[in-house]
Amino acid sequence: MAEIIVVTSGKGGVGKTTTSASVACGLARRGKRVVVIDFDIGLRNLDLIMGCERRVVYDFVNVIQGDCTLKQALIKDKRLETLHVLAASQTRDKDALTAEGVRRVLDDLIADGFDYILCDSPAGIEKGAHLAMYYADRAVVVVNPEVSSVRDSDRILGLLASKTQRAEQGNGGVKEHLLLTRYNPRRVASGEMMSVDDVKEILGLDVIGVVPESPDVLAASNAGVPVILNDESDASRAYDDAVARLLGENLPLRFLEEPKRGFFARMFGG
Amino acid sequence: MGLLGLFRRTPTSASVAKERLRIIVAQERTVRGSPDYLPLLRRELLQVIHKYVNVDPEAVQINLGQEEGHEVLELSVALPEKTRA
Repeated sequence: MAEIIVVTSGKGGVGKTTTSASVACGLARRGKRVVVIDFDIGLRNLDLIMGCERRVVYDFVNVIQGDCTLKQALIKDKRLETLHVLAASQTRDKDALTAEGVRRVLDDLIADGFDYILCDSPAGIEKGAHLAMYYADRAVVVVNPEVSSVRDSDRILGLLASKTQRAEQGNGGVKEHLLLTRYNPRRVASGEMMSVDDVKEILGLDVIGVVPESPDVLAASNAGVPVILNDESDASRAYDDAVARLLGENLPLRFLEEPKRGFFARMFGG
Repeated sequence: MGLLGLFRRTPTSASVAKERLRIIVAQERTVRGSPDYLPLLRRELLQVIHKYVNVDPEAVQINLGQEEGHEVLELSVALPEKTRA
């Protein structure tokens, strides 16, 4: 049975799409059949982060409106065999997404035998964000250790607990996880940035991953290669750990402390 | 910062952020899930009460709770002391 996971945050620019792309790759790399759907109608971007922007012919709204088959709209990843992308439509019609339409596409994907359906939510709490979370079994709430992001995440947690199908049906609700991005251990150590424990305490949720702030993330989006595929990067290792935890592995958090610089690095590293 | 500054412990900006968030998040959670008309209801009730008694806006509290399967709207008004009468 497929699991539907929404990647959400409330606030924009915290790393939802980066996270969706990397988690999707991470799951696919472990042999899972994965589809990642861009719910940001009118502001399509997942395709760029995944590096498949030139292969988008049909999109999510085309499928909902019956302009094409689901199979025609699914973009097969060139790197990972079991990974597929469903791009957002660039329409400006706010009503292009409907609850019934989304349900139908999700049911078709489930019938197709996908293991994981990742829903990359748009920022905000409007229709796209609402529909991205509505049918979810689990939620990954992406948060930066920063006041506005943490507050907005709490708003989103409130919506997950009330405005989702699982909440309405009262069958245990959506399982929620926190994923911290842009984490800067040096600034945490000097008291300039809230720590993982601070954020965890305020939001009262378990942390499924902490991704250190890294220049590799921008480099990855520049190249259209999700950062998890850059084996040299700490951000990649952090995302891979998060994927393992999503799959039930019990791993300690890494990269919470500033890497110790060796003698030579301090002498010559600048 | 003078020498005295070394002894005065100013809280770090991260701990200020955490404290501010703790308060606002707790406050926003109390109204979470309550209907959107609650703030308006509170304001209008306050206007009515104000016609008869001079109460402090902060002295009117409205809570929506669950009790044995049904919803309870609880209104609490702290009346001013009568000393000024």
